[in-house]
Amino acid sequence: MTSAPTNDIEFRSVTKRYGAVTAVSDINLSVPKGAFVALLGPSGCGKTTCLRMIGGFEQPSEGEVLIAGKVANGVPAYRRPVNMVFQHYALFPHFDVERNVAYGLRQLRPRLPAAEIARRVGEALEMVRLTGFARRRIHEMSGGQQQRVALARALVNKPSVLLLDEPLAALDKKLRTAMQIELQTLQRDLGITFVLVTHDQEEALSMSDLVCVMSAGRIRQLATPQEVYDRPADLFVADFVGKTNRFAGTLETGGTVRLGNGAALPAARADLAPGAVTVALRPEAIRLSRGTAGATTLEGTVTHRIFLGSAAEYSVAVDGLGDLLVTAERHSQSQNDLVAPGERVAISFDPGQTHIFPA
Amino acid sequence: MPLTMTTKRRLVTAALLAPASAWLFVFLVLPFIAMLVFSVGERGPAGGYQAAFTFAQYANLPARSAAYWNTLMLAPAGAFLCLLVAYPTAYYLAVKASPRHRLLLVSLVVVPFWTSLLVRTYAWMYILGSRGIPNLLDMIGIADVRLLNTPGAVLLGIVYGYLPLMIMPIYVSLEKLDRRLLEASADLGAKPLSTFFSVTLPLSLPGVMTGVALVTILLLGEYLIPQLLGGGKVFFIGNALVDLFLQSRNWPFGSAIAVTLVAIVVVVLTVAMRIAWRISGTRQVDLV
Repeated sequence: MTSAPTNDIEFRSVTKRYGAVTAVSDINLSVPKGAFVALLGPSGCGKTTCLRMIGGFEQPSEGEVLIAGKVANGVPAYRRPVNMVFQHYALFPHFDVERNVAYGLRQLRPRLPAAEIARRVGEALEMVRLTGFARRRIHEMSGGQQQRVALARALVNKPSVLLLDEPLAALDKKLRTAMQIELQTLQRDLGITFVLVTHDQEEALSMSDLVCVMSAGRIRQLATPQEVYDRPADLFVADFVGKTNRFAGTLETGGTVRLGNGAALPAARADLAPGAVTVALRPEAIRLSRGTAGATTLEGTVTHRIFLGSAAEYSVAVDGLGDLLVTAERHSQSQNDLVAPGERVAISFDPGQTHIFPA
Repeated sequence: MPLTMTTKRRLVTAALLAPASAWLFVFLVLPFIAMLVFSVGERGPAGGYQAAFTFAQYANLPARSAAYWNTLMLAPAGAFLCLLVAYPTAYYLAVKASPRHRLLLVSLVVVPFWTSLLVRTYAWMYILGSRGIPNLLDMIGIADVRLLNTPGAVLLGIVYGYLPLMIMPIYVSLEKLDRRLLEASADLGAKPLSTFFSVTLPLSLPGVMTGVALVTILLLGEYLIPQLLGGGKVFFIGNALVDLFLQSRNWPFGSAIAVTLVAIVVVVLTVAMRIAWRISGTRQVDLV
């Protein structure tokens, strides 16, 4: 309908059921052209089902999936302008690298000239730095190399959207970090919309422009990585993305939250009705100081310390509240910078950093 | 003296393989050596074997060229016909059938094995014989149709008897085919037929080759089906062997024919496996 759609992918009230199980329930989602979107969530949250509905491997039970402005319901996978990097890559074991990468180009009708195919396969292999590997069989390649072949095989077709299903899950940590940077660079250079499915919040936060946090078939939050982390929409997002401390409290009229041990916090959210609430607080938003402090701050005893080099993680038993996780950057190399287990500490934080959710 | 780990492991390996090795040595290797020796011997005056060293038996092979011709034509043709019927069946069972019904359907493939091939082939003898289909055709005015004792009858019996052996290996290779490869093919723009010929078929070739090799090899030694449905007119090497060993008691000539048959089987097998490896790019070939 619109001549120049601004969204490459659009979900309109999409629901997917398998028998009695609802995998995806009433999802609305717009992916702007050229964006790098991560669908993030625990396994079984429906993120892969969403990706497969874009790819054409599943059809929505209700609602519409639009690709480049056109309704794609019922369009088979082989007619969609999207390509996918499969989990575990799904490379063809009976072809060498070149034939794998050329596969999509060989399907085009009218046929492309052989020289054109060879040129574009060469370019694709160069792009993923696999020039010289054209004749290799797939089982002769390492996991990281297979990953690159899968990328080249998808990108050589110049899709308008690239789908990535847990593409880095099978790689070791070092390779994963390198590939994260590489994928991000590729996406910027090519300007193709990337839709990434991952259960790894670090991967989602580090690579994408937009993070779509999902759970139980629904979208919990769609926002930039920074916003998802700094302003989680609900308790689930706060918990799933990054580490979070939670305590129960009661929101009192007048805008104070009364914690379990009687301490009062000024509430940042005036829109909530008074009643039971959960307060969430990031470990790095908390400061520890030795000894006791003013009346409004909390006190506790350090029970564990995990030394991380540039920072330290503490577990603090807060009087009357329970355990609290605290991450403290180190500012100097003096021993004095670290608090030892058993020490009494005062806990302080900026009340603006807390997130208050209805319990 | 304590045994080292390697020695222990070797002993265990030897113990596990000993029964089968002994069995194969006594009942396969020794008889084969005997057959090799017989094949360069002479027929005794009253039949049987008489020691000699001559290739006369091998030179005489053309005397049984009809048996070779029938076997070498009808065995591959029968295997090929089996393949044509078996592949769609195996494809349906492995890819299209719902997982709930799959086990039942696959076991139905094996059900014919519950009855002896002899009985089932006898049934065909009756069906194809003068009181069977030709009789029915006669009643509607098509007279003098002969079905029994023709190459067609032998082929029919072969496809009937060996179909399950062809279906199973193809089913296995299709069943373990990674479905994501089919999705990847579709994702890259291949229409279903193109996916079948570029991905499904090449990756199921090890199963196809196994099935073809298995059925062909068994058919090369087939005796029962040509005997019952070919009725002495369409006879295989197997029938010639029975005739030579039991009727004319010409052991050396029979041995020469048997040795040649084994040589043919080995060549067929080797070539088939090579082709399967090359095309599928793997070395996993089931069975045989």
